[in-house]
Amino acid sequence: MVNNSEQFHLVDITTGIHEWLYANLSSGLALTAELLLVAVSMITLVVVTAIIMVYMERKVAAFMQIRLGPNRVGFWGTLQAVADVLKLMMKEIVTPKAADRFLFALAPFLVTAVSFMALAPISFAPGIQLWDVNIGVLYISAVTSIGVIGVLMAGWSSNNKYSLLGAMRSGAQIVSYELSAGLSVLAIVVMVGSLSVNDIVVSQANGWWIFKGHIPAIIAFVIFIIASTAELNRAPFDLAEAESELTAGFHTEYSGMKFAMFFLSEYTNMFVACMLGATLFLGGWQPFYIGGLDGFNHVMDFIPGIIWFFGKTFSLVFLIMWFRWTFPRLRIDQLLKLEWKYLLPISIVNVLIAAFITLAGWHF
Amino acid sequence: MELTNPKLEVNEPDEEFVINVGPQHPSTHGVLHLEIKLDGEQVLDVKPNLGYIHRGIEKISESLSYKQFTYLTSRMDYLSAHINNQGCALVVEKGLEMEIPERAKVIRILMAELTRIASHQLWWGALGLDLGAVSPFFFAFREREEILEVFEETCGYRLTMNYITPGGVMQDLHPEFVPKVKKIMAELKNTMKEYDRLLTGNIIFQKRTQGVGILTKEDLVSLGITGPIARASGLSCDVRKHSPYEGYEKLDFKEILATTGDSYTRYLVRLEEMKQSIYIVEQLIDNIPEGPYREKTKAVIKLPKGEFYQKVETARGELGIYLVSDGGSKPYRLKYRTPNFSNLQALKPMVIGSKIGDLVAIMATLDLIIPDIDR
Amino acid sequence: MNKQELKEYLAKTFPTTTIEENTDFVVMRINKDELLAIASQLKQNKETLFDFLFCQTAVDYQPELEVVYMLRSTTFQHEVELKVTLTERDNANVDSVTSVWKAAEFFECEIFDLFGIKFNGHATLRRLFMPEDWPGFPLRKDYQDENVITR
Repeated sequence: MVNNSEQFHLVDITTGIHEWLYANLSSGLALTAELLLVAVSMITLVVVTAIIMVYMERKVAAFMQIRLGPNRVGFWGTLQAVADVLKLMMKEIVTPKAADRFLFALAPFLVTAVSFMALAPISFAPGIQLWDVNIGVLYISAVTSIGVIGVLMAGWSSNNKYSLLGAMRSGAQIVSYELSAGLSVLAIVVMVGSLSVNDIVVSQANGWWIFKGHIPAIIAFVIFIIASTAELNRAPFDLAEAESELTAGFHTEYSGMKFAMFFLSEYTNMFVACMLGATLFLGGWQPFYIGGLDGFNHVMDFIPGIIWFFGKTFSLVFLIMWFRWTFPRLRIDQLLKLEWKYLLPISIVNVLIAAFITLAGWHF
Repeated sequence: MELTNPKLEVNEPDEEFVINVGPQHPSTHGVLHLEIKLDGEQVLDVKPNLGYIHRGIEKISESLSYKQFTYLTSRMDYLSAHINNQGCALVVEKGLEMEIPERAKVIRILMAELTRIASHQLWWGALGLDLGAVSPFFFAFREREEILEVFEETCGYRLTMNYITPGGVMQDLHPEFVPKVKKIMAELKNTMKEYDRLLTGNIIFQKRTQGVGILTKEDLVSLGITGPIARASGLSCDVRKHSPYEGYEKLDFKEILATTGDSYTRYLVRLEEMKQSIYIVEQLIDNIPEGPYREKTKAVIKLPKGEFYQKVETARGELGIYLVSDGGSKPYRLKYRTPNFSNLQALKPMVIGSKIGDLVAIMATLDLIIPDIDR
Repeated sequence: MNKQELKEYLAKTFPTTTIEENTDFVVMRINKDELLAIASQLKQNKETLFDFLFCQTAVDYQPELEVVYMLRSTTFQHEVELKVTLTERDNANVDSVTSVWKAAEFFECEIFDLFGIKFNGHATLRRLFMPEDWPGFPLRKDYQDENVITR
């Protein structure tokens, strides 16, 4: 199957750094240094992926609309996101006079902090995981739910009745779709038998769950993608922020760096949702094997796990972006009806089917 | 005034609030100010405030000569500029009892139908944009651009055409006109299938437009509404069929009628009209008669004393031009009966009782051009 | 009915009016007191069924003002033009026909705005294009304004 000694493993580099630190510094200092290194690398990861996703969104949108997109700033417009970030940093931060100052300032930080926290249990490559906790998937679901509080806080503290309306609608939408998302994740957890992210990825060594789990896994995947798009407030579910006749959403009153944090957290959330989807359904960092074709599998092994992981994540990101530029928007009542009348019953039944298949041993 | 489908129940009067939509607004297609009285999500009343782009076209025309006043009409319903100019030219020719050459008539019809296609394409793109699908806008403009290039070659303008004048047309067709238009029509038939795949068959779009904004035939007859909106509710009112002008009686095309009267039907009626316009252009493009393209008129046109009325079918309905002449060289009174002025009155019965989220879908299928309302 | 038949029918049914003809329409000149009654009759009469008011405007023939209505029947597709002459310029008023054709609502607001003719019985008569406090009525022939260039 896998000839480990020939592959490139990122874990070799990280274990090397770990041993070097502990050999040369006192253990307390080495721990601090490691924590700092991890924090810096996570922030860099988030920022770099946000920049890549902003650029990708604009280019993907442009190509789907028969135009070119940014192509002036930097080679092929690659520095456009940097220019956008610089612009947002230089803008004046205006706080409305009658706004609740503490909550108004706190809301963007809460939303951003929550997006970072969700990165902890994700397994990027074999051995690369910040925190291998045995309730990994549950932790991610729980932490992303806290983001709703930030949204409602932003809408309430803006002292603007249209922001409040937008925030309430956003909040209602996110809370409703969390149910279906959670249940679709549960279908896979039932088939794996563990909530730990590492266990889920390792269990896909002989095939991705979307192939092994057949019917319940495919249904769960579709529902997961739809529910994640709705939780991210992205089209076709973006009525709360693109409802041009009433309001610009919960972040109307925010400008400058605070708006940049909402913007950043939206892309980070999209990234986390796609990472979760890739981990649960598409095999995480596992390569793509076709049983029996040893030559093909050998070639697949040479691609390091981290490339597999980011490749799958970015293809899901592309899928979500594709939705935005193709479909019109749903009305708020149609949106909620979709969840409560269709997706939720289907996901509940799906969990039952998954449980039945696991007990009967009918998955691969 | 009794509406045919009153479906309101106001619970508590102090729960009502008024919001303003416009005048600067992404979805009202112009400077229209609507004061909407809401009870929660339900719309109770709509009051349009007009006049933001009132330029006094009727008053200005009283001081312009008969050759000059047609230029202002291109700026009324700017998406049907050729058709507006055609109406003005026809009313002056009716007053002078002048016959124009056959070639000029055919060129006028060709320009009018191309304008109708271009206008409906922009409407389609803007409809997608209002409902949240951004991409149709670019696809619609890609084809519209080709038609506008054809216009620019022959008329010199892309939007405010001043090409059709009393007597005929200003200049002869560009030599590339016929092959280019044939190519555009052939491509358009294929891209219309793309339009169907992108929006018409999309279930989200159907759910947002079906059953929304129903206009009954009694309401629309009483309100004086014409155009695709009226035809989608069952009123046969195409001027090209009932009072044909300039050779439309010889052409073979259908008037598209439907009975449901909701937004989705209005959408389908306009798409079908585009196909009918393509068919008309195909019938004429190979048979443009040779001959002069305009009839010589006097330098200063004087219409005899009396009144003249001419109606034409623009992309949005019936445009009527009422000209009162006192025998001089300038119109004594010029009244434009514009389709959008009457169609705006359709907004109230359609919107009252439905939710605010439907307002955008209804306005998009109503296809109003505000400068036409305000003149 | 074609133009000739319509002319004869209207002359017979409405003897108090004057029937004329111009290039496009059969014209009925009505007294302003009889307007509402005749309008309702025109709409309900089985032979005419004028249910579509497609144009309503006013013309300023100094010194009188004339309100013009253009009607069509959606069943028979014949058309007629009604004219009401108002002799008083300062307090010009006439009955509103909004109870007969709802299309008149906006047309009459426009005429009120630009000519100053009041319509009795109109529920929401207001200035449509000009601001509420604009002095004068722009489309009248004697309207003066230093910004209006008179030739």
